[in-house]
Amino acid sequence: MELSPKEIKSKVKSAIKDDSLRKAVYNATVSTGVTRERIISEIPYWEKLRSKAHLIKKETIDNLDKYLELFEKKCIENKINVHWAVDSKEARDIILKIAKEKEVTRIVKSKSLTTEEINLNDELVNSGIETLETDLGEYIIQLKKQAPSHLIIPALHLSKEDVGKLFEEKLNIEYTSDPKKLLKVAREKLREKFLIADMSVTGANFGIAESGAFCIIENEANAHLSISLPKIHVALMGIEKMIPDIKALPYFLKLLAPSATGQKSSTYVNLVGGPSREKYNEGPEEVHIILLDNGRSKILEDQDLRETLYCIRCGACLNACPVYQEIGGHAYNWVYMGPIGITLIPQYLGEIEGKHAPYLSSLCGACYEVCPVKINLPEHILKLREKVVEKGASNIFEKTGMKIWSFAAQRTKIYRFLSWFPTKIQKLLPNGKSFPAPGYYKERILPEFDSKGFRKRFYELERSSKNEK
Amino acid sequence: MKVALFIPCLNEHFFAETSINMVKVLRHLNIEVEYVEDQTCCGQPAFNSGYVNEVKPLAEKYIKLFADHDYIIAPSGSCVSMVKNHYGGLDLPQNVKKTYERLKSKIYEFSEFLVDVLNLEKIDAQFQHKITFHDSCHALRELFIKDQPRKLINMIKGIQLIEMNESDSCCGFGGTFSYKYADVSIAMVARKCENIVSSEAEFCVGVDSSCLMNIDGYLKKNNPNIKTLHIADLLAKSMNL
Repeated sequence: MELSPKEIKSKVKSAIKDDSLRKAVYNATVSTGVTRERIISEIPYWEKLRSKAHLIKKETIDNLDKYLELFEKKCIENKINVHWAVDSKEARDIILKIAKEKEVTRIVKSKSLTTEEINLNDELVNSGIETLETDLGEYIIQLKKQAPSHLIIPALHLSKEDVGKLFEEKLNIEYTSDPKKLLKVAREKLREKFLIADMSVTGANFGIAESGAFCIIENEANAHLSISLPKIHVALMGIEKMIPDIKALPYFLKLLAPSATGQKSSTYVNLVGGPSREKYNEGPEEVHIILLDNGRSKILEDQDLRETLYCIRCGACLNACPVYQEIGGHAYNWVYMGPIGITLIPQYLGEIEGKHAPYLSSLCGACYEVCPVKINLPEHILKLREKVVEKGASNIFEKTGMKIWSFAAQRTKIYRFLSWFPTKIQKLLPNGKSFPAPGYYKERILPEFDSKGFRKRFYELERSSKNEK
Repeated sequence: MKVALFIPCLNEHFFAETSINMVKVLRHLNIEVEYVEDQTCCGQPAFNSGYVNEVKPLAEKYIKLFADHDYIIAPSGSCVSMVKNHYGGLDLPQNVKKTYERLKSKIYEFSEFLVDVLNLEKIDAQFQHKITFHDSCHALRELFIKDQPRKLINMIKGIQLIEMNESDSCCGFGGTFSYKYADVSIAMVARKCENIVSSEAEFCVGVDSSCLMNIDGYLKKNNPNIKTLHIADLLAKSMNL
């Protein structure tokens, strides 16, 4: 599914009209947020964890070249095949090549945003390879031919009734909205596929440089089955997912589960350190890791904005964001959504193409408050707005308005005149009502200008209190 | 004690009464107030929309105007935060930056000043109404103002503070966001007002006129019985000033 955040404005407009979508999104995000808060209130050193994780990420990202080289070296020692992909196409080609060489006909996938980013599924299916998502949420949206609407909960926008109808239609079962029954159906359909798949494709949450291993975190054991049963395992990982060593991992494990789902810890933490070794005789015969750049090294160049590469894709900022809560993930029309999405959109796709994204925020700061690795998202959103203006891509009326206003505000007398003026015009308006403001005005009444303004009133007050004395 | 008044644009042109009420409360507490004559706008609307070049001269003007005052008080968390937290990141001349370092620890939001600087513990005030409190985002998350206004509210006799659900979620204003993504902004303020209505309060109190303007604008069309009150208005009213 090719996504383009160019359409963000129109997508937002249609999302806001979809009441059932908004209800589902609001309920899911708020309840996840509440569980998150309850869990972290039981972790007294939560703030220290955040700071520590931030520092680890900072050190790693600042020295990413060093860590990537080390990771590659150690992976090769562990008999993991390492591939480098500059962009989506290269990554897709590498995966297809592996599949073709080994005559793969069936692939099982476990949830991976990075594979969504490179639009992998379409390519595999078009090449005649049966490709099945095995995470329940991903399975649902694959059946529905949709993209994920949340980083962690891909089918968050759907109610259990929606899923019931979908299963009825696509899987030919009797309609039910009972989650347990639906889960059972999905489980039965999926289990057999694990056994017959020739290859698995997964993402990776963390690449551990010193060990030449990578980590996949999940709750459903579908990743565990994906990486154990098929003969070939291919993992796609963004280059920013690096951490220095295994000692760093517990900090992130402690932070990720509460932030993502409000769990104390995730159900499964899979560590992949190479193909099956002879003495065990289980697990895949071949393991590949593809290190994907796809714009990340460009983000790395910017000292201020590279912090956005610290993201561990927990989705906490989405749940906390009052904008996301109203519109859901599809409105962003891209693989990464919410506060982190609007900072990544213009960075990946160019400031001009993605110019509407950084404005889709009220700058309330709730995202920064919950971010487990302390990415200062509001500051980055502001920086990206600055870039839109710098590139001359902002609205011409706004630009002119800001210039005039700044010119005036530097000159007190002109400023006062300009602000006195509307109070006079206001009197000419019908019913003495306030100025109509497009958009804003629809459901809200603007206040009236104060006839005198504070300064005048203040001096009047001064005079009258002097007279009293 | 003498304080300099920093009157944000909205409080100059729309909510002058609120600023006057702030002056009355300060004077009642024996604080001398001074209006800094040449002040205009701190530059927040431009800054939040990405126009840093338009903000720089305004920041310079502001810093020079206010630097020599002992205390700078404003009836707005978000404009205080603009000066206190965001001027530092602007590319300003070295000497202005130096002056700014002096200034930034002297600027306070009104309720913060009353509680943290004046250590106010008691006031002679009465207000026989049910109120709820909206936490403004910048006051809450950039200045960490949460307890101060509540402390003040609880000093008022007869008042009943009912906490609404999600008092700390954004009202949807966000400056230019409110017209750039007006539909989303309206959905957010509708949600906020739902929470206000279900608290069964008669008034929604806050520390920022911008949020209150947004909330009030929506309430006037949809729930005209519930009014908004700035903390300065509430104090002046309940102290009979």
